[in-house]
Amino acid sequence: MSVPLLSIQGLTKAYPGVVANDHVSFDIQEGEVHALLGENGAGKSTLVKMIYGLVKPDSGRMLLRGEPFAPAQPRAARADGIAMVFQHFSLFEALSVAENIALGMEDPPPMRDLATRIREVSETYGLPLDPFRVVGDLSAGERQRVEIIRCLLQQPQLLIMDEPTSVLTPQEVKILFETLRRLRGEGRSILYISHKLEEIRALCDHATILRQGRNVGECTPSETTAREMAEMMVGGILQTPRRAGREFGAVALDVTGLSVPSPSAFGTALKNVHFAVRRGEVLGIGGVAGNGQDELLAVLSGEIPADADAVRLNDVPVGHLGPVARRRLGLLAAPEERLGHAAAPDMTLTENALLTGSVREKLERNGFIRWEAARAFAERIIAAFDVRTPGPDNAARSLSGGNLQKFVIGREVLQDPVVLVVNQPTWGVDAAAAAAIRQALLDLAAQGTAVVCISQDLDELMEISDRFAALNEGRLSAPRPTAELSVEEIGLMMGGAHGMEVAHV
Amino acid sequence: MDLSAINPVLLLASLMVAATPILLAAIGELVVEKAGVLNLGVEGMMIVGAIAGFATAVETGSPWLGFVAAAAGGAVLSALFALLTLVALANQVASGLALTLFGLGLSALMGQSYVGVKPPAFAQLDIPVLSDLPVLGPILFAHDPVLYLGIAIVAGVWALLKYTRAGLILRAVGENHDAAHALGYKVVRIRLLAILAGGACAGLGGAYISLVRVPQWTEGMTAGAGWIALALVVFASWKPWRVLLGAWLFGGITVLQLNLQAAGVAIPVEYLAMSPYLVTILVLVILSADKSSAPASLGRNFHAST
Repeated sequence: MSVPLLSIQGLTKAYPGVVANDHVSFDIQEGEVHALLGENGAGKSTLVKMIYGLVKPDSGRMLLRGEPFAPAQPRAARADGIAMVFQHFSLFEALSVAENIALGMEDPPPMRDLATRIREVSETYGLPLDPFRVVGDLSAGERQRVEIIRCLLQQPQLLIMDEPTSVLTPQEVKILFETLRRLRGEGRSILYISHKLEEIRALCDHATILRQGRNVGECTPSETTAREMAEMMVGGILQTPRRAGREFGAVALDVTGLSVPSPSAFGTALKNVHFAVRRGEVLGIGGVAGNGQDELLAVLSGEIPADADAVRLNDVPVGHLGPVARRRLGLLAAPEERLGHAAAPDMTLTENALLTGSVREKLERNGFIRWEAARAFAERIIAAFDVRTPGPDNAARSLSGGNLQKFVIGREVLQDPVVLVVNQPTWGVDAAAAAAIRQALLDLAAQGTAVVCISQDLDELMEISDRFAALNEGRLSAPRPTAELSVEEIGLMMGGAHGMEVAHV
Repeated sequence: MDLSAINPVLLLASLMVAATPILLAAIGELVVEKAGVLNLGVEGMMIVGAIAGFATAVETGSPWLGFVAAAAGGAVLSALFALLTLVALANQVASGLALTLFGLGLSALMGQSYVGVKPPAFAQLDIPVLSDLPVLGPILFAHDPVLYLGIAIVAGVWALLKYTRAGLILRAVGENHDAAHALGYKVVRIRLLAILAGGACAGLGGAYISLVRVPQWTEGMTAGAGWIALALVVFASWKPWRVLLGAWLFGGITVLQLNLQAAGVAIPVEYLAMSPYLVTILVLVILSADKSSAPASLGRNFHAST
């Protein structure tokens, strides 16, 4: 075999209390799409940061085309032909597309020449983009194009992509894959990080699987089932959520003609939203991020008031009520942002349990807090949802993402809601925790709760929802039974490819 | 009441002089805030600059050396702020407030032997022909060099932010320091330079009060100019030319209300005294109603967690 483009040999990196990478080794060949698989906390991000020069390894070495390679900083890595598209977009919202791209280049040409080159590259690879638009106004898919073009302008030999598809519609994913295959055809290599197994099977030539910082296996994705790969990642048998056959009851939540302006300048207004959810039913609401999901959750939870009749709970108008009054009536919500919205990061789990549970769990009396009861409630959540923490006196911030997410979902589930609204219940959560959360939502529905699940993870919505609707620019499509829908149809409901086209060259 | 005692030419000429201290301090603070740092110590840096410049000018007899020392004094004090917030990761608001209190105390100590002393003055600028123009001459072309330096700094900052790569990187650091770090820019170093530049400008502004505008040394003589400069940056939506406009507006109304007081207008003095603040804030609030907003990382400490 020829000399690999990048050979990683025994890389180790330890942080206080945790070994992020423990003697990880693998090779990336020229013209190969190489997948790096693993759950959250498996050490994927640390590994790519070492390749990109953001983190220095404690031991081990890397060889680039057989030569020792130890980038001191990203600039050095870029000079050696390595480019990276980040998981959380590393863009500057107030700056224009061209300015953002100039910031990622070593010595950018004058703005006008740069704009011309951006147009050229974007046309070659089928990624249309206006260089002079402000990034704050772009959709998630367009923002990703900015990052990809920023990388492509440097003519990289190795392109690192960290969770690139989490914010894209299926059509946008298809176009991205076309672009990536074209790059592979040009002899470039791609290191592709994801936990979406079907995508990896469709795209990647080779996969390396990490678990708890160790290299636990390799496979050829096209010859391996998604389930086998998932079990290698988890290191055990994976439970698929079970959906019990169940009867739907009366309509619990009825939303009619709901129109609300967005509270923030970069947000999306909701336009004439209609839907009804019956007891025992799970309604899945999909859509690309920034199409009104946060606003919908805020209107349903009571953070944004609406017309009294626009939101009815058990036929009682609640649209004008605030969150506490709605909670008293049984309409509960768990927002997306774990740290800062769903939980107060620096407060203990007991205090966080108290914050949403005080009304329904009667954790306060005459304005005084019943600490014993609050603590008991927090312990109940920890026990019921297998939250890994030393105890309820730990700050919410100290929990890992998956554990905190189990806590904030469990906190609502245990309050016996009539209607539960969740936004992105398993975002950034590892496969085992995600399965537990989905199972909890299905169990809750089986007990007769109406569940509204807003999510950008289509697999999740297909798995748990009875009916599916999509948000697109603040409008909600008519809900349809999930069993009847194909991925193509869902993509169209989500607004198609936002003007993207596959390049025809 | 005798409004005819107010000479419009003199009024406009003194407007620019009255505006220069806050203009210098505000344009420096604009650079600092564009880099994502909120330094509330402007007042402290100004007053330290005022006494450092005053003392140096008196001892050396050169107002030029005085201004150099003032810039150095302001920068040294801001370096303390940089140490606290960039290295020790202390809270920026608390550190800035502490810097102001510290600067007021330190300047009082330094200035004990300079009360009542008269500083050396700049030679009046005298450009042939231009300075002799009627009306325009005294308004535009008969000032001290530092006033023009202030306007030049505004123009320079504007061009730097708009046209240069250094300006782009500065804005990027203020907009999203994590992303800038991920791209390999030295966030702490860039912020340090911005803080030092802001401190030097504030020092110049302070020295302009003690060496040109008043000119003498009294304790606490900046009298809140640093706070006005801070407010000006916000209400000017972080735009250099609007800072200039706001400073002139503030300076103009300050001078006008003094003239009105002298002319014996039948409005209580207290109302006149508060009018510059009210009008400046009102006008800039109206101007800032567009969608331009603060640098997104403003006031947030950066720590390279890898």
